[in-house]
Amino acid sequence: MRWLAEGFAAGAAAALLCIAAAMSADAAPADDLILAKSPPKSLSEFGFFGDLRGQAPAAGVVPFDLNTPLFSDGAMKTRFVYVPAGKQAIYDEVEAFAFPVGSALIKTFAFPADYRQPDQNLRLVETRVLLRQQTGWQAWAYLWNDAQTDAVLKIAGAKVDIATTTADGTPLQFSYSVPNKNQCKGCHALGGEIVPLGPKARNLNRNHSYAGVEENQLGHWAAAGVLVGAPEPAAAPAVPDWRDAAASLDLRARAWLDVNCAHCHRREGPASNSGLFLTWGEQDPVAYGIRKRPVAAGKGSGGRDFDIAPGEPERSILLYRVESTEAGVMMPELGRHLADPDAVALLSAWISSLK
Amino acid sequence: MHFKRDGKGFVRQAADRLARIGAIGLSVMTIYGALSGAAQAAERLVEAGEGAAERLVETLIMAEPGDIVRIGEGRIELTEGLSLDVDDVTVKGVGNDKTILSFKGQSGSGEGLLVTSDRVVLEDFAVEDTRGDGVKAKGSDQITFRNLRVEWTNGPDANNGAYGVYPVSSRNVLVEGVIVKGAADAGIYVGQSEDIVVRNSRAEFNVAGIEIENSMRADVYGNVATRNTGGILVFDLPNLPVQGGRDVRVFDNDVHDNDTPNFAPRGNTVAMVPKGMGIMVMANRNVHVFGNRLAGNGTTHVLIAAYPNEYDDDSYMFVPRGVYVHDNVYGEGGGAPDGEVGSIISEISGTPVPDIVWDGATKLTEYASWVAAEDRIYVAEPEGTTFANLKIISNMLLPWGWWPDKDISAYAGSLPEPAPVKLPQDGGA
Repeated sequence: MRWLAEGFAAGAAAALLCIAAAMSADAAPADDLILAKSPPKSLSEFGFFGDLRGQAPAAGVVPFDLNTPLFSDGAMKTRFVYVPAGKQAIYDEVEAFAFPVGSALIKTFAFPADYRQPDQNLRLVETRVLLRQQTGWQAWAYLWNDAQTDAVLKIAGAKVDIATTTADGTPLQFSYSVPNKNQCKGCHALGGEIVPLGPKARNLNRNHSYAGVEENQLGHWAAAGVLVGAPEPAAAPAVPDWRDAAASLDLRARAWLDVNCAHCHRREGPASNSGLFLTWGEQDPVAYGIRKRPVAAGKGSGGRDFDIAPGEPERSILLYRVESTEAGVMMPELGRHLADPDAVALLSAWISSLK
Repeated sequence: MHFKRDGKGFVRQAADRLARIGAIGLSVMTIYGALSGAAQAAERLVEAGEGAAERLVETLIMAEPGDIVRIGEGRIELTEGLSLDVDDVTVKGVGNDKTILSFKGQSGSGEGLLVTSDRVVLEDFAVEDTRGDGVKAKGSDQITFRNLRVEWTNGPDANNGAYGVYPVSSRNVLVEGVIVKGAADAGIYVGQSEDIVVRNSRAEFNVAGIEIENSMRADVYGNVATRNTGGILVFDLPNLPVQGGRDVRVFDNDVHDNDTPNFAPRGNTVAMVPKGMGIMVMANRNVHVFGNRLAGNGTTHVLIAAYPNEYDDDSYMFVPRGVYVHDNVYGEGGGAPDGEVGSIISEISGTPVPDIVWDGATKLTEYASWVAAEDRIYVAEPEGTTFANLKIISNMLLPWGWWPDKDISAYAGSLPEPAPVKLPQDGGA
C-alpha cells in the first residue's frame, strides 16, 4: 500500500511507500456489518483488509488518492472505497459520487517517527469509516492500539500524543485529536446530512499505481465496476495538486481552499451563515472573500478588516486564521492543532498576486 | 454507572427502593404504573467527576429522540467542544450557578456547545470561558435556551469569544432567562433566523448586549441590557445568505448604563458601536421600539442609522425602512458621546446628544424626491423627549447651508405593529 505524506514533507511529497503491495484475496468485507445499526467494536471485524497493519485491502476494496488532500496535522493517509458487488456509485461532475447502500469509505491516518524517512516506523493512529446505510451515511472513528494489531471504536473521540521529526529535522510533539462522532459531521455535512467529501471527480481525476501499473483512477473505478456514468478522464474536471509548482497559483490556492475549507464554507454547509464560500466553482469574488467583511469572526478577525485584502496577505483575515493554532481563531475549527507553513506560503503568495 | 438508557430501569429502581423502605405496596405499584407509562423517553444522568467530560460528549452523541440528558451539580472541565445532533432532546442542569461546564482548557472547536438538531431545550446550566462562541445552534427548528448562564469570567476582553447565546440560520428560537457576560461581540445574538423571542434575559459587560441580525419576526422584551458597550442592536448586514431582516419589536426592556468601552476586535461590525449606545437600529425594516426604559447611555439612547461601509451586494438595502419609536421612558443620557460615531453625531447634534438620533441617510433618489409612507421614520414620545435628524446626506453634499432637524413633531405618525411572535414550543401555533 502506498502512503502519501500530506504535510511537513514538501521534499517527500512524492515519496510513495509500499508497505504491502499485494491484495489479499482471501479476506472479504462483511456487508452485514456495514449495514448494522451499531458499529463493530473493532476495525478488523469489517474485513476491509487482508493485512490490517499493512493496509493491504481485501478483494473488492479499491485504494485511491486525491489531487489535493485535507491537511490533518501532517498525517499520512491511505484511502479506500468499497462498493458491494453488483452495485455502482453514480458519477457526479461537481459533488461526491452517489454511492449505493452498503458502500464504505475507509481512511487511515498515520505518523512516521521522522518525516525524513516517512516509510519507516510508521504509527497508525486512527481509521475512519463512512458507511452508506439505508438511512444515509454513518461516520465512525477507530483508534489503533499500541501494539498496532487492530483499532477500536471511539465514539467520544480521543487525544493521542504524537512525537515526530519534521522534514527539516525539527522535533515536533503535539496532541492529535481523533474526532468524536458529531465532529465528523462538523465537516461531513451537507444540508444537515452526512456526506463523503473526498471522492469528487475533480479530486479523483489523477493516476494511481495499481500493483505497479499507472492508471487514471476514474478509469480504473469504471473498469472495476465501482462507478458508472463517468466520462473519459480527459473530459472530467480536475484540480491540481496544490504543491505542483507547475500549475497556476490561482488554481493551486483555490484547490487548497476547496478541500480544506469548502466542506463548511459553502452555501449548504455548516458555515453557510458566514457568507464566505470557498468552493472550487465559486465565481462571486465577495463570496470567496475578496474585500468581504467578517460576520461572526470575533477575535478571529485578528484586527483585520477583510477576509481577503487583495495584494495584502498581512491584512487578510483568511490568512490569519489559517496561520493560527488557537481554538476560536484557527480555521478549520476541527481536525488540526498545527499550522501548515507550506499552505500559509501558498495562500500568502496567492493573496499577494490578487489585485 | 453514570448514565442509563432505560427509563423503566430508573422507575423500577425507585419502586424497589420505596418497597425496601416499607412503603405501601399498592401506592408503589400506582407510582410505577403512572411513571412507566409516561416515561417513554430515557433519562441519562451525567454526574461531575472522573471522566465527566468524555461521558458528557458520549451521552450527547448517543442520545435518542425524547431523551432528557441531566447534568449533575458541579464543574466539568472540557477540552473540546460539545455537540448535539439529535432531535427532541432536553439538556438540563440543576441551576446556572450549580452545573458549570468550563472550557478554560479548550484546545479545539469553535464553540462550547453546538446544537444542529430540532426541538432541543437547553436549560439550567452555565457555560464558562469558551475559546470561541458559547452556545451555538445552527439550522435548528424550535431551539430553546432557558435559564442558562454564559460567561467569560475574566470580564470584558478582546480575546473572549464572540457570541454567548448564538442561534443562527434557525427557526422558532426562544431565549429566556439567560445571563450572558463578557462576549467580545454580542451576548445574545440571533442571526439569519425567523420567529424569535428573546425575553426576561440579562446581558452585561458584552460589546453588544442583545443583537438581532438579518432576521425576520423577533420579539425582544422584558430584558435588562446594562454595562455593555451597546444595549440592544437590530442590524442587517450585506453579503449574507439571508437578506431582508424585518418585523422586529423591541419593547419593555431596561437599557441603562451601557458604559463598557468597546472591546471588539477590529474588523467586526460591532467594533464601530460607541460606548453608551442604548438601542440601535441599522438597515432593517419595520422595527418597533416602544415601552423601554433607557437611562445612563452616554452616546445616545436610540440611534437609527444606515450601514456606513462600502459593500458589493445588489440584494442589500443599506438604509433603515419603517422604524417606529414610541412611548419609551428616557432618563439622562447623551452626555459622553464616544468614539468616531459619537463624535460624528455630537458635532452635528451638540452635546448632550438628543435621546433619539436618526442619521437621516436615504437613497439618493429618495433624497431628491419622496419616501413612501411605510418606509419612513416615525417618533411619538412623551413631552420633553429630544430628537435630531442629522441629515447626513445634506451634511456631505452641502457642507454649508444645512442644519440638523430637531423638530420631533415633524416625525409624528405610526406604523401598524407586527403581530406577536408565536412559537410552537411556547404554546404558540
